[in-house]
Amino acid sequence: MADKIATRAAYGETLVEVGAENPNLVVMDADLSGSTMTKKFGQTYTDRFFNMGIAEQNLYAVAAGIALSGKTVCASTFAMFAAGRAFEIIRNSIGYTGANVKICATHAGITVGEDGASHQTFEDIALMRTIPGMTVVNPCDGVSAKKLLKKVIDFEGPAYVRLGRAAVPVFYGEDAEFTIGKANVLREGGDVAIIATGIMVAEAMEAAETLAADGIEARVIDMHTIKPLDEEIIVKASNEIGKIVTAEEHSVIGGLGGAVAEVLCQKAPCKVAMVGQKDTFGESGKPDQLKEKYGMTAADIVKAVKSL
Amino acid sequence: METKQYEDLARKVRTDIIRMVHSAGSGHPGGSLSAAEIVTALYFKEMNIDPENPKMENRDKFVLSKGHAAPVQYAVLAERGYFPVEDTLTLRKLGSKFQGHPNMHKVPGIEMSTGSLGQGISVCVGMAIANKMDKNPGRIYTLLGDGELQEGLVWEAAMAAGHYGLDNLVAIIDNNGLQIDGKNDDVMTVRPIDEKFKAFGWNVVEIDGHNFEEIFDAFDQARACKGKPTAILAHTHKGRGVSFMEDNAGWHGKAPSDEQTEQALEELGGEL
Repeated sequence: MADKIATRAAYGETLVEVGAENPNLVVMDADLSGSTMTKKFGQTYTDRFFNMGIAEQNLYAVAAGIALSGKTVCASTFAMFAAGRAFEIIRNSIGYTGANVKICATHAGITVGEDGASHQTFEDIALMRTIPGMTVVNPCDGVSAKKLLKKVIDFEGPAYVRLGRAAVPVFYGEDAEFTIGKANVLREGGDVAIIATGIMVAEAMEAAETLAADGIEARVIDMHTIKPLDEEIIVKASNEIGKIVTAEEHSVIGGLGGAVAEVLCQKAPCKVAMVGQKDTFGESGKPDQLKEKYGMTAADIVKAVKSL
Repeated sequence: METKQYEDLARKVRTDIIRMVHSAGSGHPGGSLSAAEIVTALYFKEMNIDPENPKMENRDKFVLSKGHAAPVQYAVLAERGYFPVEDTLTLRKLGSKFQGHPNMHKVPGIEMSTGSLGQGISVCVGMAIANKMDKNPGRIYTLLGDGELQEGLVWEAAMAAGHYGLDNLVAIIDNNGLQIDGKNDDVMTVRPIDEKFKAFGWNVVEIDGHNFEEIFDAFDQARACKGKPTAILAHTHKGRGVSFMEDNAGWHGKAPSDEQTEQALEELGGEL
C-alpha cells in the first residue's frame, strides 16, 4: 500500500484548494478546527471562516442562515455532535429548507479510538439518511475524500460527509473518477459481492485477497454514497451472484447494511451477512484493537462470506 | 400613516387571525393576537420590503422564531398585499400553502421555515453574518416567545450574536408571560430577560408591545445602536383584543367555537 492519510486531512486540504477558486465558500467550526482540519482554511480565508464555539446546535442553525443567504457552507465538528446532538436542527433548519450546508463530520466510528464510547459514533449514517433530500457520502481514502468533497461542494443542497480520524491507506489512483450516487466496482468476482463503505473498503479488499487464496472470487464494491443509494449495482450483484456481505464502521442497524437490505428485500432478495458494529457501545483502545474486538476487520468479512 | 391607521390595521389583522384559526379548527390564537402590533409595525413601516418582489435584493428579512404564531404572519402578509386574505382561510388544511407552521417554499414573504423553537433566532444570526460579509444593508428581524427563551439554543445564538457584534439583527421578545402549561414563572422562570440579553452583549429596549409609537421608537433605537444586536423586550398580553382569550394560557393552542368566533369578531368590530 502507498501512503496513509486521514480523510479529515484530505478534507482540510480540499477546503483550502476550493476556497481559492470559490469565493462563495464559507467554513464553520465548533472549537475543533485543529481536529476537523478546517483551521488552515480559517487561517487562509479569515473573512470566510466562523468559529461558533462549543455550540453545535447553533453551528448548524447559523450555517443554515448563511447558506439561505446564498453561500455554500461547510460546517464541521465531530460526527457525534453533528449528526447526534444537532440532529433536529439539521432536520428542520437544513433538511426541511434544503439549505446548501455540507455537514462535514469527522472522527466517526470506532477508529476514534482512545476517546472511548462517548465519542464513537455508530448512528450517524442511520440518522442522516432518514432526512428527505439529504445526500450522505462516506469516502474510504484520501483520494476519494478529495474528489467526492469537490462534487459535494459543487451541487446545491444539503449533504452529510462522514470523515475519519485515523490515517488510512490511499489506494485510489489520482485519475480515479467518482459520481455521487454511483458506486465503484474495485474488484471483479462471481462468488460473493462485498459492498463496503468508508474505511471498511480497504478491509474488504484485503478480505478479497484472502478469499481468492481459498478459491473464492469476491466482487468488491465501494459504496461511497449511502444516499442516494446505487440500487442498480446492488440488484445486479444479487441477480448475478446471489450472496452479499455488507461492511461498515457503523451500526448494522440502519446503516449501509440496513440500506442494502431495504433494497434487496424489495427488489432482489438474496442471502446477506452484515459486518459492522453490533448493537453495543464501544470503549477506549487503539483503533486496530477496537476494530478487532468489535468485529470490523478483513478477517470478520472473510468469516461473514464463509457463513453464507 | 397616522398611529390610528396602524391601530386599525392591527385590529383587522386580529379579525383575520380569528377567522383563520376558526376555519382551520385548530391553531394558536393567543400568541398570534399578542404580536399583532409588532408584526404589523414591521411589515407596514419598519422593514424595507416589496410585496410585488418578495425576493428583492438587499431587502430586510423577518423570521418568526415562534413559528406557531403563523396566523399573525399570514394575516399581516395578506394585508400587506403578498396574497389575498381569503386564501389564508385554508390554514392547516390538506394541500394548503398555509401550513400549521410557516414554510418558506410555499408562502411568498416567508424567509425561513420555522416551528421548532429556538432555531429561528439562530438562523437569523447566520443571515446577519451573511449580510455583514456581503456589505448588504438588509436588516434581520425575528420574533421570539418568552417561553421560547427556555430553549438552550436561544442563548447559544445570543452569545454568537453578541460575539460577532451583529448590529443588523433585532430580536423582539413577545413577553406575554404565558406558555402552554401556564405562567412562565410557574413552568420555568425566564426572568430577568433584559439582564440576560445585556449579559450576552446586547442592547436592550423595553416597551409596551401594543403601543405603536413605542414599537417604532424601539426600532429607531435599534438602528442607531452600533456594534451590538438589539433585543426589544415587548410587554404584551396573550390573546389581546378578545376578552375571553386575554391573559389566558388556555387559548395558546385551540380554535374558538362558532359562538366564540362570533363574539370575538364582534369585540374586534369585524365580520365572519
